[in-house]
Amino acid sequence: MRVRLVGIYGAALVIGTWVAAPLLLIALAAFTPRNILYEWPRPLWPRAFSLDTMLFFLRSTGVWASTLNSVVVAGLTIGLAFLIAAPTGYALARYRFRGKGAVQLSILVVKMFPATVLSIPLAVAFIRWGLYDTLIGVAIVHTALSIPFVTVIVTSVFVGISYELEEAAMTLGSNRLRAFLRVTLPMAVPGLAAAAIFTFVLSWNEVFAATILTLDHRTLPALIVDSVISAGAPLHFRFAGGFFMVMPAVVIIFLIRRYLLTLWGVTVR
Amino acid sequence: MAEIALINLRKTYGHVLAIKDLSLQIQDGEFLVLLGPSGCGKTTTLRAIAGLEMLDRGRIVIGGRDVTQLPPGKRGIAMVFQSYAVFPHMSVYDNIVFGLRMRGMPADEQRRRAQEAAELLEIASLLDRYPAQLSGGQRQRVAVARAMVIRPDVLLMDEPLSNLDALLRLHMRAELKRLHRELRATTVYVTHDQVEALSLGDRIAVLKDGEIVQCDSPGRIYDTPANRFVGGFIGNPPMNFLSGELRTADSALAVIVAGVAVPLAPDHPTSSTGASREVSAPGGTGLAGSLRPGPGRLSAGTVMLGIRPEYIEVVMSSVPDGIPAEVVVLEPAGPNQLLTARVGREAVKVTVATDLVLLPAQRVWLRMSPSRIRLMDATTGRALV
Ligand SMILES: Nc1ncnc2c1ncn2[C@@H]1O[C@H](COP(=O)(O)OP(=O)(O)OP(=O)(O)O)[C@@H](O)[C@H]1O
Ligand SMILES: [Mg+2]
Repeated sequence: MRVRLVGIYGAALVIGTWVAAPLLLIALAAFTPRNILYEWPRPLWPRAFSLDTMLFFLRSTGVWASTLNSVVVAGLTIGLAFLIAAPTGYALARYRFRGKGAVQLSILVVKMFPATVLSIPLAVAFIRWGLYDTLIGVAIVHTALSIPFVTVIVTSVFVGISYELEEAAMTLGSNRLRAFLRVTLPMAVPGLAAAAIFTFVLSWNEVFAATILTLDHRTLPALIVDSVISAGAPLHFRFAGGFFMVMPAVVIIFLIRRYLLTLWGVTVR
Repeated sequence: MAEIALINLRKTYGHVLAIKDLSLQIQDGEFLVLLGPSGCGKTTTLRAIAGLEMLDRGRIVIGGRDVTQLPPGKRGIAMVFQSYAVFPHMSVYDNIVFGLRMRGMPADEQRRRAQEAAELLEIASLLDRYPAQLSGGQRQRVAVARAMVIRPDVLLMDEPLSNLDALLRLHMRAELKRLHRELRATTVYVTHDQVEALSLGDRIAVLKDGEIVQCDSPGRIYDTPANRFVGGFIGNPPMNFLSGELRTADSALAVIVAGVAVPLAPDHPTSSTGASREVSAPGGTGLAGSLRPGPGRLSAGTVMLGIRPEYIEVVMSSVPDGIPAEVVVLEPAGPNQLLTARVGREAVKVTVATDLVLLPAQRVWLRMSPSRIRLMDATTGRALV
């Protein structure tokens, strides 16, 4: 028993360090004065902190424009993904229908296609359809990436809300739609919000499709990758950019962590 | 207020037959109990009446109106679910007036009706609370109040008491009975608890495998079960069954059990007067024809003798009509004791007075009250007339 406990805590420590250490190092570097950053040997804990690096990053050309682009793409992605995945999730949770297993399987199958393989045909197709270098084009790809995930969450949210409540509303005189709007939807809102936020994070962090499918209308990750690779941006710029990128996700996950865990059947205090 | 007619209902889930050709006539203002073991189709039947289940076949008529194709909200019904299904995100008040809101009733009328219902069910002090802050019994009352305020023609209840503890169940049972007396809505009540069924029902429909086996008043269900299943399902402990040999010779009917001739009373329900009374009973419709093998001509042969535990007398010495038995156990059961005895290889339960002292393996003689004996066909289990 004790051995097991030690094993579990040991594994948690290793995984936690593996995830947290880079975050910590990036955060430290982002707030380290430039001259200290280039010192050798560099102290693990910097002697001084400054906002210079962050301010330099935030004042660079294109950063705010691509941040806005990222937000717009994420918003569009949430909208599109819910338009498709929410009804699917509801149907999967509530009804038995022909082909239900196939739908569930195909949701997972989408996850099996490596995006790299699809990138060139996708770019060609998007150029042909006039979607290349548009925000909606990126949002469509992000939607495709997030649908499996949103469907799974939405299904579990609706499974968790007893259908009997909707039936009770129907026996009390409401039709199907009203029963859904008055009873199920209000109860599903927190879960749906969690799914939306997660979709936001997914789109905000997605870099591959965004890089390939845009040229002038870069999203933030695409811009950073671009400037790092082609322009050979200085080290401090990369750290500041990385920190700026990762913060929304960290904050959001921190805020909804409890809810995400309960979604998958684990409760934490 | 409305009478209900269920006509040849049939419902399957894939290969599972949930209801098999069920027909039932329920009178206006009647309290009808659907009783049966788990999985016999009670909930399915109730949900079919509510319109929550699509039927394969059959028609449902409520108050002279064919509602088979109507959605639940247009059938003039209200339902109390087994899980209560109170809306967790609404206060008790909002729960109660939900149905009234859906009907677009003016706010002051909503308030008046909710107040009235809350007082009747003694939850007036809880109107601002949320369901999570209520006990099971209080939640159940909210569910009943919510169904009641819309003044339905038909009130449907699915095991509303099954989630309550024994004491509260007793209390709520009496409350439901009182409520029905005051409202007089036609009520269909599902339960698998025979005590609940016997105490609440004007009539009880006993279901088995998606079919009504017997539908009768509680007294008749108890005293004259239509077959072995009903006798064995109702009563605590249920009816005893002993195999015997029917002897019709020398004019006096008797059953030979374990070598002893048990006489049958001249006014035994198997006589012709009993039979005609039974067939003319309102509840007898639908099953009288199928279950009773015509005008009873009892013929000699193997039969099943059914007798309830309280109609057996234990005597300590051999008597002519006493069946010899051996004591297995004696269990105290509150106001009386429950004796398990063995006749041959068959077990018999007898309720006896608390002051009776018996030892295991002791020999006793059991005398059956002749007028209480019910004869069943040995193979089909049907009651013989
Ligand atoms: N949604 C369903 N899908 C498949 N089979 C079902 C479904 N609902 C009920 N059944 C089956 O139909 C039969 C009748 O079920 P029903 O719920 O009416 O039983 P019940 O009499 O209410 O039992 P209980 O006392 O346990 O509630 C059962 O055999 C059950 O397994
Ligand atoms: Mg049931």
